[in-house]
Amino acid sequence: MNLLLLFIGAVLVNNFLLAKFLGICPFLGVSKKIETAVGMGAAVTFVMGLASLMSYLVYYYLLKPLHIEYLYTVAFILVIASLVQFVEMVIQKTSPALYSALGVFLPLITTNCAVLGVAILNMQKGYTLLESVISGVGGAIGFALVLVLFAGIRERIEDNDTLACMKGLPIALITAGFMAIAFLGFQNLI
Amino acid sequence: MDITAIMYPALSIGGLGLLFGVGLGVAAKKFAVPVDEKVEAIKENLPGANCGGCGFAGCDALAKSVASGESKVNACPVCNADQVAAIAAIMGVEAAAGEKKVAVVRCKGNNANAKIKYEYTGLKSCLDANLVGGGPKMCQYGCLGFGTCKVACSFGAIEMVDGLPVIDKEKCVACGACETACPRAIIHILPESASYHVNCVSKDKGKDVKAACNVGCIGCGLCARQCEVGAITIENSVATIDVTKCIQCGKCAEKCPTKAITNLLNK
Repeated sequence: MNLLLLFIGAVLVNNFLLAKFLGICPFLGVSKKIETAVGMGAAVTFVMGLASLMSYLVYYYLLKPLHIEYLYTVAFILVIASLVQFVEMVIQKTSPALYSALGVFLPLITTNCAVLGVAILNMQKGYTLLESVISGVGGAIGFALVLVLFAGIRERIEDNDTLACMKGLPIALITAGFMAIAFLGFQNLI
Repeated sequence: MDITAIMYPALSIGGLGLLFGVGLGVAAKKFAVPVDEKVEAIKENLPGANCGGCGFAGCDALAKSVASGESKVNACPVCNADQVAAIAAIMGVEAAAGEKKVAVVRCKGNNANAKIKYEYTGLKSCLDANLVGGGPKMCQYGCLGFGTCKVACSFGAIEMVDGLPVIDKEKCVACGACETACPRAIIHILPESASYHVNCVSKDKGKDVKAACNVGCIGCGLCARQCEVGAITIENSVATIDVTKCIQCGKCAEKCPTKAITNLLNK
């Protein structure tokens, strides 16, 4: 039960994009088309899930025994960067179309503060291995959910008669703001 | 000071990095995507200006296209003969030197020849002037003379002389940027060998053209009648010379009453 609440919390209540405002770069950069957004969401889910797992292992089995917990930032970034490189290679091999569609935003997952954020949050809250992974995967699913929703809205706005000064990024940012307000409704859910 | 305080962090983070590096190396082999070395080799022989004259997004995109056989080896108009030969060698084909093309300005309506409708004091740009009631020149089809083409040329081949662009044939690489930039579509990229051109694109009837400009084409058709090979067509009161048929005899230029046809080589 606790894990389920943790999962729902990560997806909806403490949504990384709309409640914590982490990971806005791919949010605005990859949300022009729904298929790319789905691909990006899947990539981030994979990275965040594995990153939570590996950063837990690195923290508790390497940093803690040697009493060098203060190096967690460096260690986590090392883990995340290698993971993203790995994901890039896999995507380039399995789906060149997705690879070129994601473009530069795929390696930018490395610098995505949501990924580092989930690793650090897990450490700060002292989650167990299972809790860390669920928090990571849940956070990523929440990220993907909002990304796809946003892509859907943006695709529709494309065909609308927007004011010339609002076209593109301005109207997108305003939409994101409205979505964030909407997600406030989940605040005291759990 | 405890040496382990330095050793542990260095060794552990270093060791972690090494471990991940080896892991990535193995993964790179397993997930290797075959890269065509031809693309790299061709890229080296391209100018790298990313001017877009070939029609592709940049030199990278053209290199891919040439390597896959989609584009000819001389697709890049900026390459000199040596570069084209090198690319042809990489692709294993005979290099056919592309015909040298150059930009041609089909208008002679400079400040002396073209009459003005009103005094224009707005932004000195052809694009902007064109928006203000079709520009200050009486001729709605002629050159506006503010130099949007000159700004578009990244090779410095265009100079504005007396309100008309003059193309430096040595510097022009026929990338087509000026052709796209001109709001009146006056500039065309044509083979350099074709030297005779009708310097007018005005679709107005003869009387209106004469009122607006001294050297405009009035669509009288004398040139078409003179042409022995049928290279000249008159459409919408303006003559056009088909460069593939023209034999450079010059009879049309002699007969033209407004002197709208000129020989580029003599300019």
